[in-house]
Amino acid sequence: MSAEYDITETLDVKGASCPMPVVKTKAAIDDLAEGEILEVLATDPGSMSDIDGWASGTPGVELVDQDEGADVYTHYVRKTE
Amino acid sequence: MSTDTPDATTDDTPSRAELAARVEELEASLAEATEDDDGMKMSIIATKGTLDMAYPPLILASTAAAFGYEVTVFHTFWGLDILHEERSKDLKLSSVGNPNMPVPNAVAALPGMDRMTTKMMEKKIADNDTATVEELLETSLDMGVEFQACQMTIDLMDYDEDDFYDGVTTGVGAATALQDMADADIQLLV
Repeated sequence: MSAEYDITETLDVKGASCPMPVVKTKAAIDDLAEGEILEVLATDPGSMSDIDGWASGTPGVELVDQDEGADVYTHYVRKTE
Repeated sequence: MSTDTPDATTDDTPSRAELAARVEELEASLAEATEDDDGMKMSIIATKGTLDMAYPPLILASTAAAFGYEVTVFHTFWGLDILHEERSKDLKLSSVGNPNMPVPNAVAALPGMDRMTTKMMEKKIADNDTATVEELLETSLDMGVEFQACQMTIDLMDYDEDDFYDGVTTGVGAATALQDMADADIQLLV
């Protein structure tokens, strides 16, 4: 799955629960440059809806894809500005 | 409209240069007004200081900060304990008054029960890897959330300004909170 995207950074928030996956994603995306993609690995099932909601409500980020694996939810977020 | 026939209104008619200057001025103030408006703002009033009720304002504040909102949380009465460096680490869960508790209220009112339910909750928080109140507060402060401690309640509770986490604003009252609420897109009382 990850081979499809050119990932700049990977953030591991496995084990963390709300609101930390979103909060840490925001902090990690701040360190990226425009156009770069962040991969987020989470175990919180709520992260599927939360990262989606956060990305659509936040200027400068775009949710590229989400992958619901057996144990890990993977999110791909691009910094757009 | 002839320009070579002077009439009574000629003196009052603005010149091209004057109009251009006026347009420029209006464009500048429009840009300024739009700039002020493009950021979302949230204002929360936190009034509760039990372990369970410390979470909603902190979770919403940190998440809103992640959205890029400008966030202000005004803490008053028992909500002040969330900002109190020592007391925030020792918030209690009340076992009485919540019919969802596994024990009847008559039993829950016995001495030591609050301590027990608090311990149970703290264990669940640790087991579940849920952030602690202190972690959420420090994270929110790092993200630029403004935490305000109500001056009237500080005096009422006999707290000292130094009792609060670094970065907490003191010396504010209801008028400050009201102004924040008036400017905010989201206002919540917790």
